[in-house]
Amino acid sequence: MIVTTSPTNLDVAKIREDFPILGIRSASDRPLVYFDNAASTQRPTSVIEAMSRCYREYYSNVHRGIHTLSEASTQAYENARATVASFMNASSTNEVIFAAGTTAAINTVSRSWGDQNLSQGDVILLLISEHHANIVPWHQLAERVGCRVEFISVDEEFLIDDEAVASALRMHQPKLFAFGAASNTLGTEYPVKRWTRMAHDAGATVLIDAAQAAPHWKMDVQDWDADFIVFSGHKVCGPTGIGVLWGRESLLDSMPPFLGGGGMIQTVTTDGFTAHALPEKFEAGTPPIVEAIGLEAAIDYLTDVGMDNIHAHERLLGTRADAGLREINGVRVIGPTAEHKGGINSFVIDGVHAHDVSQFLDGQGVAVRAGHHCTMPLHHAIGVTATSRASCYFYNTVEEVDVFLQAVSDVRDRFAKTGRRRRSRSSRSNS
Amino acid sequence: MPNEQDIYEEHVLDHYEDPYHRGTLDTASHMHEGNNPLCGDRIVITLKLDDSGKVAEAWFEGEGCVISQASASMLIERMEGKTIEEVKAFTAEEMLELFGPKLTPNRQKCCLLSWKILQSALHSPIGEDGDSSAPSGPSLGEEQ
Ligand SMILES: Cc1ncc(COP(=O)(O)O)c(C=O)c1O
Repeated sequence: MIVTTSPTNLDVAKIREDFPILGIRSASDRPLVYFDNAASTQRPTSVIEAMSRCYREYYSNVHRGIHTLSEASTQAYENARATVASFMNASSTNEVIFAAGTTAAINTVSRSWGDQNLSQGDVILLLISEHHANIVPWHQLAERVGCRVEFISVDEEFLIDDEAVASALRMHQPKLFAFGAASNTLGTEYPVKRWTRMAHDAGATVLIDAAQAAPHWKMDVQDWDADFIVFSGHKVCGPTGIGVLWGRESLLDSMPPFLGGGGMIQTVTTDGFTAHALPEKFEAGTPPIVEAIGLEAAIDYLTDVGMDNIHAHERLLGTRADAGLREINGVRVIGPTAEHKGGINSFVIDGVHAHDVSQFLDGQGVAVRAGHHCTMPLHHAIGVTATSRASCYFYNTVEEVDVFLQAVSDVRDRFAKTGRRRRSRSSRSNS
Repeated sequence: MPNEQDIYEEHVLDHYEDPYHRGTLDTASHMHEGNNPLCGDRIVITLKLDDSGKVAEAWFEGEGCVISQASASMLIERMEGKTIEEVKAFTAEEMLELFGPKLTPNRQKCCLLSWKILQSALHSPIGEDGDSSAPSGPSLGEEQ
């Protein structure tokens, strides 16, 4: 039985036809159930075609030549910037910097704004659920300038309430509050606008890691009112190697460039250089041109489907998966209840390691992530070394959730201890 | 590509359920602890090297997947009684061969975790100052 129409507004069967990879069979010759979307999403044909068309028909370097191809590429690259600006509801394209991804964008802020504004004794406040991309650059900054990194922990329900944020802001008086809009491990969606206002009231600058928000919700940077917002192309059905650093224009203007090279300068002499205006100031070297064009196609695709529809469908799948997991004996969901989450569900199974869970599910055609998902401090705080994570996207179906749940309920039987004995050395050596 | 059935062979599961020398050795002369950055799993290996330069006793302790635990048990069982030179000469390829079932590159990291820690343990006498993180073996690589 294939019922791919969702009670939400999506025609998932039709959507799936747009994603060639979703039609392949898994290594175990079953239909592929791709539930590793929080790590990276898949691409629709329109993205693949847009990139291929550029390479075939009008590719050249940008901002360089006067020739026709360069004009065409430059225009396409700048159109992509405008599309991103409207996707985020930015007030100006000068605020949209193309970076290699979320990681590169956060490192840029750390190196440029961080080095300029933080010093000995200052505090950077993070959530314990941050991805390493939003932890390590701040540890590195702390090593350079002597500031400190502090974390807000989760409660027994894996939640962080306003009071925890308020009291951390009061206690630490941070210069920067940097947090993920949604946790890539717990699945929790945080109240970005409210926390941004609280942090601003406490005098902090705010960076939002929107890597797990951009794929799922309608972003509105003017409404959120943060100072920096970053996300990755490959998590919104776009290409790898591109991401976005959005910054408040006055802030970006006041910051020194991070990487130096071609493209980011106004003039260069034997004595020094002057930096180009925004946004080029932060785009040294040949930028990810074709990737920007692919990202634009991805954004057009998502916008066509509708961000609200996407979120509603993911919530439907995520809620079903959460409820199903909680019913399986020996399974513990590592994350809050479904109403706080989107399409991400992490879990552990009593007595079975996450790698073995993942290996078993792979044998059933189900691709999930196993490990610490680049959130080691969170795993440490919760007291588990590794979890399994199933993350749905709008092209997944209710049936796939059920295949996944069935496979999870079979895992424990597969690895149940049966009182085996290791054979003695001598007898095994000639086996 | 190896599938799930092939990896969890009988003798792998035997070692997993009934490991050889799981625990820590109170009388150890050498010890090293390491982790697999891919999943955060930790393994501690304790050794007693005797005067003739042999591994008189070896133990491992840790939590992890079937592959990391079974391979540790197999390795410890195989290496006990060998000379230090013999242990040093035991290559990653030989470890994968000892394990048996073919593994994908990421699962090879699980299998080579204890092998790597054992190599370091040889250089990590207990009770001497300084860190015991003698570099050896391949990098296991960080998860992306
Ligand atoms: C919340 C979060 N932040 C940052 C990242 C890093 O993104 P990227 O690897 O694309 O730089 C990820 C993805 O892995 C993520 O989920």
